[in-house]
Amino acid sequence: MSLKRKTLELLRRREQAQQGGGEKAIEKQQKMGKMTARERILALLDKESFHEYDLFVEHDSREFDMADKVFHGDGVIIGTGTIFGAPICIFAQDFTVAGGSLGFMHARKITKIMDHALKLRVPLIGINDSGGARIQEGVNSLAGYGEIFYRNTLNSGVIPQISVILGPCAGGAVYSPALTDFVFVVDGISKMFITGPEVIKTVLGEEISMEDLGGARVHSEITGNAHFFANSEMECFEQIKKLVTFIPWNNSRKALAFKPKEPKSIYNIEKIVPGDPKLPYDVRNVIRAIVDDSDFFEIQEHWAQNVVIGFARINGDTTGFVCNQPIYLAGVLDVDSSDKAARFIRFCDSFNIPIVTLVDLPGYLPGVDQEHAGVIRHGAKLLYAYSEATVPKVTLIIRKAYGGGYIAMGSRHLRADFVFAWPGAEIAVMGPEGAANIIFRKEIMEAEDSDKMRKQKVKEYKEKFANPYVAAAKGYIDSVIEPKETRKLLVHAIEVSKEKSSSIPKKKHGIPPF
Amino acid sequence: MEKKNESKDYKVFIIDDVKYKTTLTQKFEKRVPYKFPNDSLIYSFIPGTIVKIFVTEGEIVKEGGRLLTLEAMKMKNNITVPFDGKILKIHVVEGQTIPKKFLMVEMELMAEIPETIKQKGSIDEVE
Repeated sequence: MSLKRKTLELLRRREQAQQGGGEKAIEKQQKMGKMTARERILALLDKESFHEYDLFVEHDSREFDMADKVFHGDGVIIGTGTIFGAPICIFAQDFTVAGGSLGFMHARKITKIMDHALKLRVPLIGINDSGGARIQEGVNSLAGYGEIFYRNTLNSGVIPQISVILGPCAGGAVYSPALTDFVFVVDGISKMFITGPEVIKTVLGEEISMEDLGGARVHSEITGNAHFFANSEMECFEQIKKLVTFIPWNNSRKALAFKPKEPKSIYNIEKIVPGDPKLPYDVRNVIRAIVDDSDFFEIQEHWAQNVVIGFARINGDTTGFVCNQPIYLAGVLDVDSSDKAARFIRFCDSFNIPIVTLVDLPGYLPGVDQEHAGVIRHGAKLLYAYSEATVPKVTLIIRKAYGGGYIAMGSRHLRADFVFAWPGAEIAVMGPEGAANIIFRKEIMEAEDSDKMRKQKVKEYKEKFANPYVAAAKGYIDSVIEPKETRKLLVHAIEVSKEKSSSIPKKKHGIPPF
Repeated sequence: MEKKNESKDYKVFIIDDVKYKTTLTQKFEKRVPYKFPNDSLIYSFIPGTIVKIFVTEGEIVKEGGRLLTLEAMKMKNNITVPFDGKILKIHVVEGQTIPKKFLMVEMELMAEIPETIKQKGSIDEVE
């Protein structure tokens, strides 16, 4: 055979293997409103950048009637490519091939590309669309999952790991995405749960649809398992591409700097925040008034909305924002918001992204449900994450910073490098009304007109403590600034912190209150 | 996802006597208010099926005896009488499937019960 004929033979084999589960299965996939695994990879990566490996891998299972079955590529596509030029390792489960079920060779392909990603020190993207374990392959299939989870854990904090749920992802399989840094879901397509509706019905008698149990909305609004919600697969890919521009390739690099841009003039920082600390505003508009091109990329937008997290650029450099959100629950901290912020801070710290904290909170959310849900344990995560983070930390107190919330939100005491405050900032143990009611209880009770006395005492307290100068006098705040100076100062603070070197005592690892 | 119009209808939310204007999250609005526990009301701790009921309404029972069997997660859970007293009302029937926190039995505490009343069956009994 001449080389030319051998090449033709290769092309024939390649074409055959690339058809996945065949026409019928592909048609079925399309009817479900889903793209095929190959289409997804091509839509996500830069044009003509994708190179596939292990195309000819086949399973070697002999049990049941498996010996006669051909699964092209064993139901998963792996390879390398680029997104806006950034190198990426990727795998995509192919639902058209045996329902994307995970067998031994399927898992080995995934772990191969995961090992590659770690060795090459580039981000890993996994597209999940699988019916679950390949039952015919028994414990070998479970072993495959275990190998994936182990690698997810080792890769964690070294390379960014992104999971995209574009179909079912059930049972043990969900733990791979759960171990990764960002989970993307698409409305009507993503389904994630440990035990499905059938099992729940048989065991517990509870009836629920797949969508209500573990659909995209559930994981974006209720569980917090998902970080990004999209209405279509194409929208989802745009979100992933955008995320990739904000994060570095690995933990020894910094995210690529962009050309600095001024914020848009429609965001006037002096007009967004009401002077009265009891009135709400959308803190995202404050972010937009500060950052390059007013472009704020929010993470977990629909879950625990009382804290806002996300990426933006300050003078071209990626910056992570952690902010109280007064339009939701007055911006209090609670179980979910502490969880949300703490995890994000750890991501930023792992990947050399400076953290800017915008503070405006009345404290922690009171309630039996909060206490019983473990707000002590969860709230502690936030203290841990801030204290442990050694990246540049810049904190701006916009208005209220009361009690434990003041300490938790990136305070000087947890080693913020710069703490700024606006002139309206109030740093105190609690709000003036509550404080006056305690300190002047006797005077208020004994007064002829106790309401009048209370008002007077509240006013007294406000004048004394509801300002930034008490904290500034102790050096807990470095500088009280004019709102319009905010961007200039943040740019400067991050600029001068670029070579920051700070470390925590040498240890195997800490024991965060997981 | 549809954006809610946040600028309208703010609610008053009180923290440390300060009244803040804000919106509430779905989760906050859906939270189950805490109820002071009432030992006389016996609720299911897990969803499942009532396999057997050992008592009748009006019956006087001794603490530790068998009350009913609730099968859940393939386990037969023996629910025992929590204190000496009288069965006021039984809200379930044998074979009924119930959710979690379902009121099964109402009891009344009795300071003294006749000596003739013995514990009903042993929880170690195998059917």
